Amino acid sequence: MIPGVSMTHILILSGVLFTLGTLGVLIRRNAIVMFMSIELMLNASNLAFVGFARSMGALSGQVFVFFVIAVAAAEVAVGLALIVAVYRSRSSIDVDRVSDLKG
Amino acid sequence: MTAEALFSLAPLLILFPLLGLVVNIIAGRRLGERGVGIVASAAVGLAFVIAILQFIALRMDPSGATIHIADWIVIGQLEVEWALQIDTLSVTMMLMVTGVGGLIHIYAVGYMHDDVRFQGDPSRFPRFFVYFNLFIAAMLLLVTGDSYLTMFVGWEGVGLCSYLLISFWYEKGEDGIGNALAGKKAFVVNRIGDFGFIIAMLITFWFFGTLTFEEVFNEAEAMGAGAVGAATAITLFLLVGAAGKSAQIPLFVWLPDAMAGPTPVSALIHAATMVTAGIYMLVRNAALLEIATVTPDIIAIIGAATALLAASIAVARFDIKRVLAYSTISQLGFMIAAVGIGAYVAAIFHLVAHAFFKALLFLSAGSVIQGVEHGHHRADSHEEHFNPNDMRVMGGLRTRMKATFWVYLIGALALVGIPPLAGFFSKDEILADALLVSPAVYWVLVGSAFLTAFYMGRQILMVFFGKPRSKAAEAAEESPAVMVAPLVVLAILSVGGGLINSPGLLPLTHFLEDTLEGLREPEFVAAVAAISTLLAVLAIVLAWLVYGRRPMAHDPVRRLGSLWTAIRHRWWVDGFYDWLIVSRYISLSHWLAEVADEQFLHDWVHDTVIARSFVRATNWLASVLDLRLIDRGFDGLGALTRRGAGGLGALQTGYVRNYAVAVFIGMVLVVSYLLLS
Repeated sequence: MIPGVSMTHILILSGVLFTLGTLGVLIRRNAIVMFMSIELMLNASNLAFVGFARSMGALSGQVFVFFVIAVAAAEVAVGLALIVAVYRSRSSIDVDRVSDLKG
Repeated sequence: MTAEALFSLAPLLILFPLLGLVVNIIAGRRLGERGVGIVASAAVGLAFVIAILQFIALRMDPSGATIHIADWIVIGQLEVEWALQIDTLSVTMMLMVTGVGGLIHIYAVGYMHDDVRFQGDPSRFPRFFVYFNLFIAAMLLLVTGDSYLTMFVGWEGVGLCSYLLISFWYEKGEDGIGNALAGKKAFVVNRIGDFGFIIAMLITFWFFGTLTFEEVFNEAEAMGAGAVGAATAITLFLLVGAAGKSAQIPLFVWLPDAMAGPTPVSALIHAATMVTAGIYMLVRNAALLEIATVTPDIIAIIGAATALLAASIAVARFDIKRVLAYSTISQLGFMIAAVGIGAYVAAIFHLVAHAFFKALLFLSAGSVIQGVEHGHHRADSHEEHFNPNDMRVMGGLRTRMKATFWVYLIGALALVGIPPLAGFFSKDEILADALLVSPAVYWVLVGSAFLTAFYMGRQILMVFFGKPRSKAAEAAEESPAVMVAPLVVLAILSVGGGLINSPGLLPLTHFLEDTLEGLREPEFVAAVAAISTLLAVLAIVLAWLVYGRRPMAHDPVRRLGSLWTAIRHRWWVDGFYDWLIVSRYISLSHWLAEVADEQFLHDWVHDTVIARSFVRATNWLASVLDLRLIDRGFDGLGALTRRGAGGLGALQTGYVRNYAVAVFIGMVLVVSYLLLS
């Protein structure tokens, strides 16, 4: 463990990253950027998992991270395909222009 | 074979005719006329064989047997089982029914072949034989029933067949409805008699607690004087039943109209078998008649009066079959009178002998009618209303229809009572018994016998002698062998039938002794025989003097004036019933239809009360309840939903960010709830 880096630091970093990701999803309109922000949120939680695993000396947190990465990879495949499809039909990936389901 | 084994075959007796009719219902159209005739006749023939086996069994074991088939009705005290009573009385009847019935079946094969063509509907041939077999089955059920109720089932069954066969050509007859009306009349009049039978049955059950003949008779015997009232009441109501079925005063009016049926029907049902059911039923109840006080006298009076009345009416008929119909009523009167004076064997003897010669007469009359009908077609005469039954268009058929003439003559002489034919012995047995018991009855019956000889002489002379009075009669031809052969057999039976109970040997009396107790042995009274033979010959000579010598333009008996008018109008009995009952009944029906039904029920109750209040109630339901309450309720519900949907729709912006915010806020709320609680 790197000296001077406590669990608190890790959680703060994780929280900051998660908040950045959340804000990115909520504020940006570019689908790719939103997508990257989601990845950021996933990795913030991965960081928290790993931090807890280390501080508690349990391996299950790290195992979960592998699952999350695997799920994230699958999500990338589906998400990018969706974005490509959206771009093909509207020549843009601005999510505000994809509002056909407006009630 | 033991007697028991033979007795156990008895159910086949009824089963064979039923089998025949089922085969003819299913395959009748495919079998063709010959096949249908063979099936129907064979069914009755086999039943006759079974009847003979029962007779043989009775020779071994004279006490007879009761063959239990099934329990029928078991309600509390009432227990009725289906059982066949095989005793000398029922076997005598079943031999007669199946024997004479079988011959008539064979005859009908030939007769109906032409009849269905004359009437223009050959497809009805199988139906006729289905009804015929059904009749035989019902009649056998009637004679074998061991209780009042099982007998009643057969009693109604033969009534139904009679109705079906009288109106067999239901669309023919007067105004295209005459035959149907004749059937209806027979049915309704019989219903009055059946009502008497039912009341007798109810009294029997009420008083004796059982409906089985044997138990009732034993009970009545054991009670002695205590049963006199009940026995009198029961037998009086049974007499009403017998008067309906056997066409006695006051219910005889249906039988002449029943001649609307095809001639084999008249021979089988309305001469030989069904109409004798009343006599059989009374003889079956001989044990009660012996106890009863007034009934035997009433029975004797009714029988004798009917014999005389019907014989007098027969003198003035021109329809060949109606003469025979009134003759049948008259002869049934003889039998009923015999029952009344306690001469049960004589009644049964005359019943069997009468079945032979009256079946013969009817079938011969059918042969004559068809001969004339053939002649009518061959002569190609286009008379509009040609009636082949009318004796006035006949005459001189002696030479054209030789076989029919001879058998007709034998039948007529047997009926008239010329020795040694069957009717001589059977009628004289009744007359001899009557002289012993009641001279008044004797003289009335002798008078009827005189009239019988006169109208039969008249009929023979009008039909067979003299010159043909129409082209049809000139061209008449003999019937085919299938019709003549049964006639010859019946003629032989009419000649030799007297041997059944020949004086001295009395085989029938000794046979029936096993069933009917305390029978008198009839004596042969030479004086009685001599008087009736003399009178019969006198009457025939008188008939020849009146009808035999000159051509018949008008009936010479017309000269009797008012007496002729009376008998020509059948003593106004039919008119009296029309006036007393039928016309009143019809006006009551009219009143019920027009006033009670049309005006009261239809116009007032239905239209005014029910329809109007119903309309009012439905109006209120429609305008108030439905429109104001239910409709508005649901309209409001709809509007509410629509408004709510509008509000909620606004939430659906279509911007992913908004949804993401919602998800985020939701997440925050859920997590904070989990953390804080």
